[in-house]
Formats: sequence, structure tokens, C-alpha cells
Amino acid sequence: MPSFSNGRSQEVAMLVPAMLCLVLIIVVPFALSVGFSFTDQRLMPRPIPTRFIGVTNYERMFADRLFWQAIGNTVLFTVLVVPFQLAISLTVAMALNAAIPFRGLFRTVAILPLLLPITVVVAIWAVLYRIPTGPLNAVYQLFAGSENYIDFIGGSDTAMVALVVLSAWATFPYQMLIYLAGLQDVPGDLYEAAELDGATAWQRFRFVTWPSLRNVNIFLLIITTIQALKLFTQVSVMTRGGPNGSTTTIIYYLFQQGFTSQKIGYASAISVFFFVAVTTIAVLQRVFLKNEGEA
Amino acid sequence: MADVRIASVTKRYGAVEVVPSLDLHIPEGSFTVLVGPSGCGKSTLLRMIAGLETVSGGTIAIGGRDITHAAPSKRGVAMVFQSYALYPHMTVAENIGFGLRLAGMPKSEMEARVREAADILQLGPLLDRKPKQLSGGQRQRVAIGRAIVRKPKVFLFDEPLSNLDAALRAQMRVELSELHQRLGSTMVYVTHDQVEAMTMADQIVVLNKGCIEQVGAPMDLYRAPQTPFVAGFIGSPKMNFIEGPIAREFGGELLGIRPEHVTLSDREGRWSCTVRHAEHLGGETLVHLDSPEVGRLTVKVSGDIAAAPGVQLYATPGLDTSHVFKGGLRAPS
Ligand SMILES: Nc1ncnc2c1ncn2[C@@H]1O[C@H](COP(=O)(O)OP(=O)(O)OP(=O)(O)O)[C@@H](O)[C@H]1O
Ligand SMILES: [Mg+2]
Repeated sequence: MPSFSNGRSQEVAMLVPAMLCLVLIIVVPFALSVGFSFTDQRLMPRPIPTRFIGVTNYERMFADRLFWQAIGNTVLFTVLVVPFQLAISLTVAMALNAAIPFRGLFRTVAILPLLLPITVVVAIWAVLYRIPTGPLNAVYQLFAGSENYIDFIGGSDTAMVALVVLSAWATFPYQMLIYLAGLQDVPGDLYEAAELDGATAWQRFRFVTWPSLRNVNIFLLIITTIQALKLFTQVSVMTRGGPNGSTTTIIYYLFQQGFTSQKIGYASAISVFFFVAVTTIAVLQRVFLKNEGEA
Repeated sequence: MADVRIASVTKRYGAVEVVPSLDLHIPEGSFTVLVGPSGCGKSTLLRMIAGLETVSGGTIAIGGRDITHAAPSKRGVAMVFQSYALYPHMTVAENIGFGLRLAGMPKSEMEARVREAADILQLGPLLDRKPKQLSGGQRQRVAIGRAIVRKPKVFLFDEPLSNLDAALRAQMRVELSELHQRLGSTMVYVTHDQVEAMTMADQIVVLNKGCIEQVGAPMDLYRAPQTPFVAGFIGSPKMNFIEGPIAREFGGELLGIRPEHVTLSDREGRWSCTVRHAEHLGGETLVHLDSPEVGRLTVKVSGDIAAAPGVQLYATPGLDTSHVFKGGLRAPS
């Protein structure tokens, strides 16, 4: 017979391993970052010892033009990619939820982008974007009626758009699967009732599907926003932040400062700022968009 | 208001024929109940009338107009679903008025109609609530309200009371009958509950494997079932069926006697039986008996009688209430 008299301490004891893991992988590194952000820590050890320099890193950060440019780029990317990616995900999910022929096959094909390593995806898109004889330029030449070609990644105006399209394509199946599950949860007789009420296809979407997806939408909005704010790999592999810093995101700038320029203290300050900013945005989204039933 | 005429309608799902060929007339202003065992095609038939299911062959006309291929909203029908199918994010008022809103009705007129329906169904105080803040019975009323406001020619109900508890079901039965009297519209009602069928219907349609076994007024079906299937389906507890020499004695192949039409005596009677088991329902007792002549027999007697297992009793069938079948049909008496 197990005794429940010491239940409280038993509960605590059972939480300890999970708590330890959390502390080790999240709290400790974050605490270290906070610590470093007040020092002039370098990546490689130097003869002069590391010094405590107060809020100097933060002062420098707020005065750093490149830092603000990175924030601007990150916000722009997020604002563009989130609606675009969610729209693609929902459209594809609805198509795959409809009674189309070979639905099982299409469902499998649709998640293929998730199975490819992101670097491979980037390599493929880089070819599409960059090669003068690539398919995108073929389309461009067709419509422009000229022999000219565009390096979509090479121009400051097109590079960000190229990044948005590539990123949306590379990760949309994740959101699509969640939408698909959400769509399958909508009771079929709601659509039948709406049909009897005289709703058109658009009205059935507007009054049945869309409100039923409310909680799914809130969840996806938050995680897609966070995913977008963390953009790094695509930039690092494809544009290296260029041209002219037009695709340098916060995380890429942090990486440059910390690892290329070896200024770990400064990079830590950026990471602390980033952590606070992302958490604030997620909390605000959560507060302003209440789940169904909480309102 | 309008009648519904179903002519040679068939329904196939792939190679499976669910409804072979069905003809049925639902008179204007009638309360027609479709009954039958699970899977016999009641819902399918109702959904074909609603337009939610395509028809594989034949025609359906409402009020003389062929609507076989018309869109559901263009048929002048309203449907109440078993699950209620209320829009979860809309208030009661919005749920009821949704069809009118889509039809572009002016707001003031819409509100008046919603209010009128709410008054009929006593939903007035609940108009601002969301469906999940309502009880099952209240949700059911909202679903009915949504049907009423559209002033349909034909109301369709698919087992609307089956999610309610027994007491509420009895109350809603009465309310629906009153609603029918008040509106006078044609109503088609699917159920597998025979109490609902017997108490509410003007006309009962008994379906079996997609075919109509019999159409008639409730008491006609009870008094003169035309097939053994109807005889066994209508009435509770189920009719006793006796084959063999005794049935031949009555001039048929199959003899049917309702449990309430057998008298029991401990002194004399036609068949001697042994009590196997007795169910005491309070006002009446169901006695299950074994007889060497007729096999198993169920008898319903009023009052609470003592009938211990093993006791010897005599059963006598009421002659003018017995049903004789020959070749699967009722033998002319
Ligand atoms: N989409 C479908 N595909 C194939 N067969 C179907 C489909 N829908 C219904 N059926 C079949 O059609 C028959 C009639 O179904 P229906 O739903 O009309 O029965 P029902 O009389 O309403 O039964 P219940 O009392 O259980 O609701 C059943 O045998 C069922 O299996
Ligand atoms: Mg059914």
C-alpha cells in the first residue's frame, strides 16, 4: 500500500528531474547570457582579463544603427511571412480536407518540405532565384519580353521577398497539418445546417470554418511569429545578411557579433533583448486574443 | 405549406443500394413519422428530401414543384439535426436569425421574427447566450427556433429528441405536437422510438432495408399490421409469434398475438405454461412463460401479480385481436 501522507514531498520529488533539465538547458544559459551582457567577454581568451562594464553593451546596442536595421528587417520579415505562410497553410489544408481524388497521396506530398533539411531547401531555392537560366528567370523573361535576367537574391528590394517566399514554403506544412487537424474537428452538420440556411461556399467559410478555427489560429499566430522572429538559417546559408544588410535579422546580427566579431558580451546583450522582446510579443498576443470560451 | 411526393426514388452508395425504389406521399399539413430499425435508410430518405444527399434515381416534389436537383436552401425545407448543429460562436438570437440574415432580410424585420420564434419556444430570456451555456433541451429549442423563423413549407426532424433524458423527451413530444397544431406545417420526423411514433404521428411510415413495409395511421398499424415485420416492430413489448400447427389452426402460417391480448389464469385456459420470469413495472407486469404447445410467450397483465418462476399458469389468446399471416402478408379475416 503506497502511503499518501507525505504526498506533497513526493510530488516535489517527482518534479525534480524535469525541473533540473529545464534549469540546465534554459535557465543556466540565460543566466550566463545576462551575466556576460554586463562584461566585455570575448569568444577567444585574451591576455587582459574580462571586466565588468555595467550597461555599456546595452547603451551601445541602442545606439547601434546596424542593430536597429536588423530589428527593422526582422519585423518586416515577420509581418510579411506570417500572414503569407498561414494563408498558404490554410488554403492547402482546406484543399486536402475536401473530398478530392488521391487525397492520401496529396497529403503525403504536401509534407515533403518538412522532411528536407532546411539547408537543402535553401540550396534548391537559391538555384531557382539566382541562376540566369533558372525557372523563375524564364518566367520573368517571358513576361518582361526581354533577355535580361534578375538575381533575385542580389538586389536589396528582392532579397527580402525571396526570403519570405522560401521560408513560407519550407515550413508551411507544419502549420498546414495543425490546420488540417482543426478542420477535421469542425462538425460536418454545421456545414449542412449552413447550407440549409442558404450560405454560399464563402459564407460557410466565413461563418463556420473561420470561427471554428479561432483557437488554432491564435496558437499558429503565436508560434509562427516566434518562428519568424528567430529567422537565421535561411539568411546564413543564402544571403549572409546582404545585400547591404537588407536581410540581416536580429539573430543573424547576434551571430555575426558573437562569432565573427567575437564580441560575446555584446551578443549576449542582444540575446537578452531578443528574449525579452519575443516573450513580450507572445504574452501580448495571448492577452489580446483570448481563446474561445475565455472571452 | 405543401405536400411531399417521392416517386421511384433510389439511392446507391457505390455498388450498395440503400434505397431500392421508394414511392411515398406525405400529405400537406401532416405529421409523418419515419420509423424502422437502425440502418434501414430513414436518415438517408430525410436527407434526400432536404437536399443534403443526392438522389440516384426518381424524383421528389414539394408542393407540386420538382426539387430533385434544387439546392437545399431553395427547397423551402428546414431541418432539425440530432446533434442540434448550432453555430457555437453565435448567440441564440444569431443562431435563429442566421438564415434570415443571409437572405438579406432587414434587421428590424429579422429581430421581430426571431422574437416571435423565441416567444413560441420560451427562449426569450436566453437570446444572448451562446449554445454551450444552454441545457440539452434548450439547445433543442434553439434548433427548432432556427427552423421556425424560416417559415418553411416542410419541417424535417432527424431523431431530434434522442439526446434528451426521458422526462424531457416526454415534455418535448408534447411541445412538438402542439407546435405542429399551431403552425399546421407539413412535418417529417425520423425516430426509432415507437412511443414518439405512436403519440405524435398522423401517418407512420415503417421502413425496412430501404423499402416501405406499411404506411398508415398509428392505430391502423397497431390494429392491422400488414406484414410480420410491422407487427413485430410496432407495439411494446414485441408481439408473440407462433408458427406450426397452432398457426394453421388459425388459418395461416404465422400467428401473432400481442402480449397485452393474452389473459392468464391459474385454473383454466387454452395453453398451459410455466413461468420463467416476471418483470414488475409497477402498473403492469410482464410475464415470460414457456409452453409445450407454443414455445416462449410474453404476457402483459395490468396490476402487480405474483408469478414466481416455475408456477403453472394457463394462457388464453384474444381471438379477435390475433393477427394471422400467410406468405409474409396479413391473411384477410
Ligand atoms: N456515406 C455512406 N456511404 C455508404 N453507405 C452509407 C453512407 N451513409 C449511409 N450509408 C448506409 O445506408 C444505410 C442507411 O443509412 P441511414 O443513415 O439512412 O440509416 P438510419 O435508418 O438513419 O439508421 P439510424 O437509425 O441508425 O440512424 C446504412 O446501411 C448505412 O450503412
Ligand atoms: Mg439516422
